[in-house]
Amino acid sequence: MDKTLYTLIVYSENIAGLLNQVTAVFTRRQINIESLNVSASSIDGVHKYTITAWTDEDTIKKVVKQIEKKIDVLQAHYFTDDEIFLQEIALYKISTPELQSNANVSKIIRRYNARIVEVNSVYSIVEKPGLTEEIIALYKELQEAGCVLQYVRSGRIAITKSRVERINEFLAGREEKHRHCYNDLN
Amino acid sequence: MTEEYITGAEALMRSLERQGVDTLFGYPGGSIIPVFDALYDHRDKLRHVLVRHEQGAAHAAQGYARVSGKVGVCLVTSGPGATNTITGIADAMMDSTPLVVIAGQVGTLLLGTDAFQEVDLVGVTQPISKWSYQIRRAEDVAWAVARAFYIAGSGRCGPVVLDFAKNAQVEKTVYKPTVVDFIRSYEPVPDTDQASVEKAVKLIDEAERPLVLVGHGVELGNAQKELQMFVEKADAPCGCTLLGLSALPTSHRLNKGMLGMHGNLGPNVKTNECDVLIAVGMRFDDRVTGNLDSYARQAKIIHLDIDPSEINKNVKVDVAILGDCKQTISLLSQKIRKNSHTEWIDSFKKYEEEEYKSVISKELFPASGPLNMGEVVRAVSDAVNDDAVLVTDVGQNQMMAARYFRYKKERSIVTSGGLGTMGFGLPAAIGATFGQERTVCVFMGDGGLQMNLQELGTVMEQQAPVKMILLNNNYLGNVRQWQAMFFNHRYSFTPMLNPDYMKIMSAYGIPARRVMSRDELADAVKEMLSTKGAFFLEACVIEEGNVLPMTPPGASVNYMLLDC
Ligand SMILES: Cc1ncc(C[n+]2csc(CCOP(=O)(O)OP(=O)(O)O)c2C)c(N)n1
Ligand SMILES: [Mg+2]
Repeated sequence: MDKTLYTLIVYSENIAGLLNQVTAVFTRRQINIESLNVSASSIDGVHKYTITAWTDEDTIKKVVKQIEKKIDVLQAHYFTDDEIFLQEIALYKISTPELQSNANVSKIIRRYNARIVEVNSVYSIVEKPGLTEEIIALYKELQEAGCVLQYVRSGRIAITKSRVERINEFLAGREEKHRHCYNDLN
Repeated sequence: MTEEYITGAEALMRSLERQGVDTLFGYPGGSIIPVFDALYDHRDKLRHVLVRHEQGAAHAAQGYARVSGKVGVCLVTSGPGATNTITGIADAMMDSTPLVVIAGQVGTLLLGTDAFQEVDLVGVTQPISKWSYQIRRAEDVAWAVARAFYIAGSGRCGPVVLDFAKNAQVEKTVYKPTVVDFIRSYEPVPDTDQASVEKAVKLIDEAERPLVLVGHGVELGNAQKELQMFVEKADAPCGCTLLGLSALPTSHRLNKGMLGMHGNLGPNVKTNECDVLIAVGMRFDDRVTGNLDSYARQAKIIHLDIDPSEINKNVKVDVAILGDCKQTISLLSQKIRKNSHTEWIDSFKKYEEEEYKSVISKELFPASGPLNMGEVVRAVSDAVNDDAVLVTDVGQNQMMAARYFRYKKERSIVTSGGLGTMGFGLPAAIGATFGQERTVCVFMGDGGLQMNLQELGTVMEQQAPVKMILLNNNYLGNVRQWQAMFFNHRYSFTPMLNPDYMKIMSAYGIPARRVMSRDELADAVKEMLSTKGAFFLEACVIEEGNVLPMTPPGASVNYMLLDC
């Protein structure tokens, strides 16, 4: 079956242990998570998960429903790359003597629009936001130049291109449905 | 007015009483002593049944819940007490049984230190429960209990775990009665889409060969009457899943029997002949569908369910109707036209006759030889006038009991379907006697009985009126059958040496009788039913009997072996 890189955006209550429950849905279905990011969202007390995984549409639909079934999950949706703005960031720790002795290294860094954010006599830190491919390409070139001491790439974060905020609508709808909410989530 | 300060344990008692709990199944231990201490003062309202193993507590609570429609409650200690309930929690998850398991936990200061009898219960139970929560403060008790019962008993029911830290049991708080009937992240009953209902109505009205699959959801949703009205108006024959068997009386003219691997020939064959398949509160389990690639390919499929994640999970459907089936079935009934499918319904007869001739008559009326499981089951069903609650263990005994028992009333079958838990029967039957007034008959195999044999102690102490029938074949019969059919009769570790059950029963003071032959059977069953309270009937049945018909694993639903 044809596989696509899907991005899942999951909103949940801020409750300990939920991350396990969300990732377990992937594990049970033998799907590898490519990247995972968890952070606060624009709504107080609501967490946002951004998860990417290669799979087919049929499976991702089932995954979404099984995640949504968890009691403390508010909403889950899946997206393809054309439906979202996405970004990653990478940090490269490189040797300062190499940086100074090899002019090519600073050229590479400039060509990729990366930023040097820290320099000392031993190492320098380069920061590069972007898409996976460019980030990896930069890493490969720096690696070839033989100057990389450490490298780390973040998970993908994504924001939807849609003009409606589904999570806000969802929450408003829920509140509407049950105006009398006693003593919920403390 | 001064506020009253009470312990977290006392708050738990009041919260349970507020939920209408009257029966708990449990076992004490170090981390739950404060709760048992509080319980001591609530014995008049909260009946506690002391089991002999915490797995028994979980299954008993399941049995109680399944027959009563209420939430079953277990109370156990931390560590091993809690882990002993795991099988019951997983079983309740698979079979959508409302359960609240309250387990002690070490104090919060000790959490994470491998303290004595500490186990990460929330971590362990999250994948097998509907919700799992650790109570760390006495002031959270009322809220957590209210939330637990709301989650366990609403929507698609399931087990909830409350991991109750010891400090929260003894610390004081002001008890505020709490109601939870709304959780914004949890929608127990999804909205019904009217357009889907219209589509379904059209399909049903135009159907020439409709078939209804009746699942456990009909019982869970208390929609038995609604279902009956619906199938009568549509004049649609039905097949029931194992857990849906008593949702429609066995004798109803449209009830064509059980679906699945050891179900009846008619509904299985007809699954691949119908033009519209209407699945109600069932989840297309692989034991029901057989090979998915050839399952009901010719049919338009309508699926009514309360759980959106079941839609298209195993079988792609044409129309999904989400919602509470009590409402959605009624909606369909109102909108469909009165129909008649006499010819289609009559076409089942051929398969009924074929199954009767090659399987049923041989099972029920053998000319000679040892007792068959089926005839024992039918003798009991006849003697109780089809009016008892059937509980089963797992294995051949389960399939034979399900096939040959008859159901007159709703909520009359309690069996471990999704998980197939051996050892479920005896404790579940004990629990069932606390959940309603009817006679409870449990059929067990020699293997499964011994998996929770210790619960005979509970039967004895509680004088639980369980009618226990052991179908003793001296084998792990279900596995032996597979070994015979698919592994060249290599009976690897399935023959079993049995103890003298009459002696065991006499040690527990439980009246018992062993039957070996056909002519004693009716009399023994009569003695069992006329004896007040518990009774143990050991039927020594054919050793190498087989459950038939059978759809071999991986075969199509319409392919059933009548012989082997
Ligand atoms: C806890 C557990 N262990 C193992 C099994 C696998 N199993 C299914 S049926 C069966 C044989 C059951 O034997 P018995 O209880 O004597 O019943 P019979 O099939 O002979 O009626 C076994 C071992 C199971 N279902 N549950
Ligand atoms: Mg056996």
